[in-house]
Amino acid sequence: MARSVKTSRKAVTTLVAGTLGLLMFFPVLWIVILSFKSEGDAIKAPLAVLFSTDWTTESYGAVQARSDYLKHFSNSVVISFGSTFLGLLVAIPAAWAMAFVPGKRTKDVLMWMLSTKMLPPVGVLVPIYLIFRDLGILDSRVGLVFVLMMINLPIIIWMLFTYFREIPGEILEAARMDGASLREEIIHVLTPMAIPGIASTVLLNIILAWNEAFWTLNLTSAKAAPLTAFIASYSSPEGLFYAKLSAASVMAIAPILILGWFSQKQLVRGLTFGAVK
Amino acid sequence: MGRIQLSQVSKVFGDVEVIPPLDLDIEDGEFMVFVGPSGCGKSTLLRLIAGLEDVTTGSIVIDGSDATTVPPAKRGLAMVFQSYALYPHMSVRKNIAFPMKMARMPQDEQVRRLEAAAQVLNLTEYLDRRPGQLSGGQRQRVAIGRAIVREPAAFLFDEPLSNLDAALRVGMRLEISELHKRLQTTMVYVTHDQVEAMTMADKIVVLHAGVIEQVGSPLELYRSPQNTFVAGFIGSPKMNFIEGPEAASHDAHTVGIRPEHIDVSSGSGTWTGTVGVSEHLGSDTFFHVTVDELSQLLTVRAGGEVDLHYGDTIHLTPNLDHLHRFDERGLRIS
Ligand SMILES: Nc1ncnc2c1ncn2[C@@H]1O[C@H](COP(=O)(O)OP(=O)(O)O)[C@@H](O)[C@H]1O
Ligand SMILES: [Mg+2]
Repeated sequence: MARSVKTSRKAVTTLVAGTLGLLMFFPVLWIVILSFKSEGDAIKAPLAVLFSTDWTTESYGAVQARSDYLKHFSNSVVISFGSTFLGLLVAIPAAWAMAFVPGKRTKDVLMWMLSTKMLPPVGVLVPIYLIFRDLGILDSRVGLVFVLMMINLPIIIWMLFTYFREIPGEILEAARMDGASLREEIIHVLTPMAIPGIASTVLLNIILAWNEAFWTLNLTSAKAAPLTAFIASYSSPEGLFYAKLSAASVMAIAPILILGWFSQKQLVRGLTFGAVK
Repeated sequence: MGRIQLSQVSKVFGDVEVIPPLDLDIEDGEFMVFVGPSGCGKSTLLRLIAGLEDVTTGSIVIDGSDATTVPPAKRGLAMVFQSYALYPHMSVRKNIAFPMKMARMPQDEQVRRLEAAAQVLNLTEYLDRRPGQLSGGQRQRVAIGRAIVREPAAFLFDEPLSNLDAALRVGMRLEISELHKRLQTTMVYVTHDQVEAMTMADKIVVLHAGVIEQVGSPLELYRSPQNTFVAGFIGSPKMNFIEGPEAASHDAHTVGIRPEHIDVSSGSGTWTGTVGVSEHLGSDTFFHVTVDELSQLLTVRAGGEVDLHYGDTIHLTPNLDHLHRFDERGLRIS
């Protein structure tokens, strides 16, 4: 029997949840509002900003005129998609091995991979910078794809490992008995069964890579700079840049918000799991 | 062809020896059943034959060539799993065709075999469904279909019927036996259910803690069990065991007598007892009788319509031709 919930309780819950949601969404909303104000209005007190009725798109025009949005956008796409797919190529076999042929040290390996995420990135900035300089891949998309792949690999492997472990081993054994080679087993049986999990992993990692700001800012200057650098170029300590900064931010986060919006069902399903079987 | 020979095969997990070294010869075309209580190593033994587990020692020879280190995909065996292990993302058609696809069989041959298998297994109408849309019995058939299209050297079954309800189980049992008669291919079948073993097998291997207790035809095991374990495991209801003076009077440590080999009479007999719980199956009735002379409980079989009730006095006469004698170690005295 379904649990009956009193209407009053429902109302309270809805109110609390709505308030929390609004609180979380408010910064994004504020940026959007500011981006449609003139620079003069944007630095006024918040209430004045909220109740002023002068809307303008001049900041968007100014941002587009000053910097090349499309170039940054395409860099972001290449870097986030590229690093995610490169990561998958490494992570699928790795997660397969750990989920289906675990050894004595599999747990340690998993923990070790996770532990790399505990190191502050700035701790390895100098060596990586020097390596990139010597390889001549500073400010290149290839370099960024590679470094972001490495940064997110532990997360990709952990997520895939969790999904793969849910797949009954007997099905893979059945494939082996049916004459499938290891490669065929992964391509025809494991991957299709893990598609929901792989899809969420891909989505989450594209989002993480899209938003990644430490390495993208430190290893690029112009050519390979993605949208994070595009935003950063407006955070100048002098001058009136609030509205333009907001406009740049909106332009940078809009694509990923839209992607997230359309795939939210997939993301939630993947992250909560239980989808296979 | 499907002759499988195991010699000195053993399996150790960690530091537990699940299968001590054993020898076993499975003839071509034989229906061989591994039976034993849960956890005795039946599945492990089957998986060693399949190649899903590596042997710790010993060798496995399939049709004359050493297959000990050959991967499962190359052994030419097909397996039906307890969980069916169908590919959930593929239609029934694709599930059945999968092994043929892996073998890169010509398309027209694939279609021919698929249709033949679907026909035999009554799956023709369901070919475009997903496994998730089928009943347990149908899934089982798909798993069998997937196994037969390859025309393997031997079929391996790991408790294929234990997820089905009782009525379906009897039906599938007949279907699998039927399949064996028709294909004449070696089948190795694992079960913990001695009724399945008795009804299906050409030859039964009784396993106990990884050790082969006896190998023989169902009737051999029934008529002359080599030890008390086999005697107690094969046959339903269980054989009655009697120790003490009564056993000594037959020059044995233990004697065994099956419920169906004890005559029941309300007039007179060797032993006198009191009827306890009775089980009426229609064709037969089993009485649990407390025997005064032995001061122990015996199970006896009577015809279907015997009029005896709880607390009645009853007379029992064992049929001495069917008395089994065992020594202190539980081994048969012949
Ligand atoms: N992969 C494994 N690792 C460790 N022990 C195992 C493994 N597989 C089976 N065993 C052990 O081996 C014994 C026999 O198992 P199994 O062959 O599955 O028995 P059965 O099929 O007769 O019920 C059990 O005690 C089980 O715990
Ligand atoms: Mg088993």
